[in-house]
Formats: sequence, structure tokens, C-alpha cells
Amino acid sequence: MKLPPFQMLLDEHGSDVHRYLAARVGPVEADDCWQETMLSALRAYPGLRHQTNLRGWLLRIAERKALDAFRASRRRPVPVEEVPERPAPPAERPDPELWQAVRRLPGKQRAAVTLRFASDLDYAAIGRVIECSEDAARQNVRAGLASVRREWVR
Amino acid sequence: MNTAEFARRAAAEGLIDVAYAGVDSPFGHLTAAVTDAGIVRLAFEGEELDGVLQELADRVSPRVLEVPARLDGVRRELDEYFEGHRHQFTTPVDWRLSHGFHLKAREACYAIPFGKVLTYAELAAAAGSPRAVRAAGQAMARNPVPIVVPSHRVLRTGGALGGYGGGLEVKRWLLDMESGEPADDRLF
Repeated sequence: MKLPPFQMLLDEHGSDVHRYLAARVGPVEADDCWQETMLSALRAYPGLRHQTNLRGWLLRIAERKALDAFRASRRRPVPVEEVPERPAPPAERPDPELWQAVRRLPGKQRAAVTLRFASDLDYAAIGRVIECSEDAARQNVRAGLASVRREWVR
Repeated sequence: MNTAEFARRAAAEGLIDVAYAGVDSPFGHLTAAVTDAGIVRLAFEGEELDGVLQELADRVSPRVLEVPARLDGVRRELDEYFEGHRHQFTTPVDWRLSHGFHLKAREACYAIPFGKVLTYAELAAAAGSPRAVRAAGQAMARNPVPIVVPSHRVLRTGGALGGYGGGLEVKRWLLDMESGEPADDRLF
């Protein structure tokens, strides 16, 4: 398969990946995660074979970087009790508190909900990114939404 | 999404195999591409950019990124050349898109000095195959680095312009500029 010039991936999917990460790890961590994601992708790119879905491939790398960032934040010596206040989010994330609730979900649910509503992927595509079946992806979204809703109503 | 920071870090890790950027010229917007070895491609405005970049991805490396800062030296030298102040380029040529006789013909062309011209027959002879006149013409027509490899300095026997990838008006403009014609008489 012919690989397109990497610049084309940046142009076509760079902002999708950033939007996904902003919803997944928050706007502050997202910039670092985006750099790490794209550098990893660029390192691996020439060796890529039989890749038909480059956007999914990038989101899969982004998901790994989001998990790394999450683990690193748990290892930090001084945990903070409350999420600090942040500047108003861009229009595509109109409800920062809602996304903070999403970020408190367990790993796969959080990734699945974010991919569904921030990246607009269908369940089959979500399954490919988080490496589970389409049904399991649907179940993760449903369970995640239910938790967010419970917390939201409280 | 800080793409400048990304380009900086990618360059620091040696991950950018082909850097490209736009370069303005008196005859439209050019696109120049460089590798660590030198300038590998110069495309005229009329060439479809997607195709040019895909060819670089296929034939050099898919790690192709737009990095204007990496082209600063090339851009400056081209500006000076278009103004008539530069007769030689110091940026080396990366020849990897040229092979066989085409490579020999382009290397022979690269040796033609500013303001001088050869015929296709003379170029074929200079490249070591006096009878390969048609192949020499093809090597010029598909020259990946026009201007720097001065295919505009190769003419038909008798002085007719022959062809040019960037269009005959561009070839005429370059030859007039190199012969010191005043700018007012030029086409652009």
C-alpha cells in the first residue's frame, strides 16, 4: 500500500486527535499527549503495512498516550483533591464539567464515550481503537453514559 | 495542536526525511523539497502538489512534512537568483530521483554555467552518449529540480527553445534574465 505523505495525516486528522485527547485527558495534558502521539506515529510510520484506516491508527496511539498520561498522573507524589479551574473550553466542548465526569470513568468506558461523542466514531471503529468487539464498545459507551448520568443527577 | 513545536521535536530526533515549503518566484508559487542530502525536488505552480508530495513519499520516504524554516537557505538563494544576483547555488542537489542516463544528462546539465546554453545534442555528448539526443531531451523534460539543475539552458540545434516542464514562457524568462535583458522587456 502507498503511504500518503505524513503531512497529510497531520492536516486531515491532527485536530481530530487533539479533540479526542482534550476530551480524554483534559485541555492541559492534551497538548503534550498530542506531541507524543504524533512523534510516535512519525517514528513508526515508514514501517506501517496494510494500514487502511490511518485515523483509527492515530487514535489508537493517542489512546495509549492518554493511558500513559493517566498512569503518570497517578504516580505523582502530591495528588490534588479537586480539579483546578480551567479557562473556558472551545465551543466543541461546551460543557467542561460533563467531560470531567467522563474523565472519572474507568479506562475503557472513558475511551469509548470520548470516541463516540468527541470523535464521532461508530461502535465498530471504537472497537478497533480500544481493541474490543463492536458489541463490547456499545456496552462500554452505554455503561459509561449511565455512570455519568447518575453522577450528574446527584 | 502546536505543529511548529512538533516539527521542531521531529527534526531534533531526525524524523523528517523530506521537508518542503512554498517559494515565491516571478512566475508563480513554487514548491521546494529538501532532504539531508540537498534539494530533491522543485515543482512549478502548474504541477499538482498532492501528486508531487505523493511521489516523494513513494520514492524517498513517507516522512514528508511541511517545514518552511528548513527551506530558508534555498528560498534565499532562489530569490537572489531571480534578481540576477546569484549565478551558482550552494545548496547541493540530492540526485536520488535520477537514474542511469537521465542522471548523467542532468549532471552534465548541472555543469552548464549561468548565461551559457547547450543544444540537446551537445548535452547528450557531454553525458557520454552523443546519439542519445532524444533521451537527453526526456531527462530535461522530467528534471525533478529545474532552475537549480538548469534545464532551461538546453535548446534545440539552431536556437529554438525546445520544451520546458514549467512552460515555454518560464524558459524564455529565465534565459532573458540570464542574458541581462532589462526587466521591462520581460514577460512577467
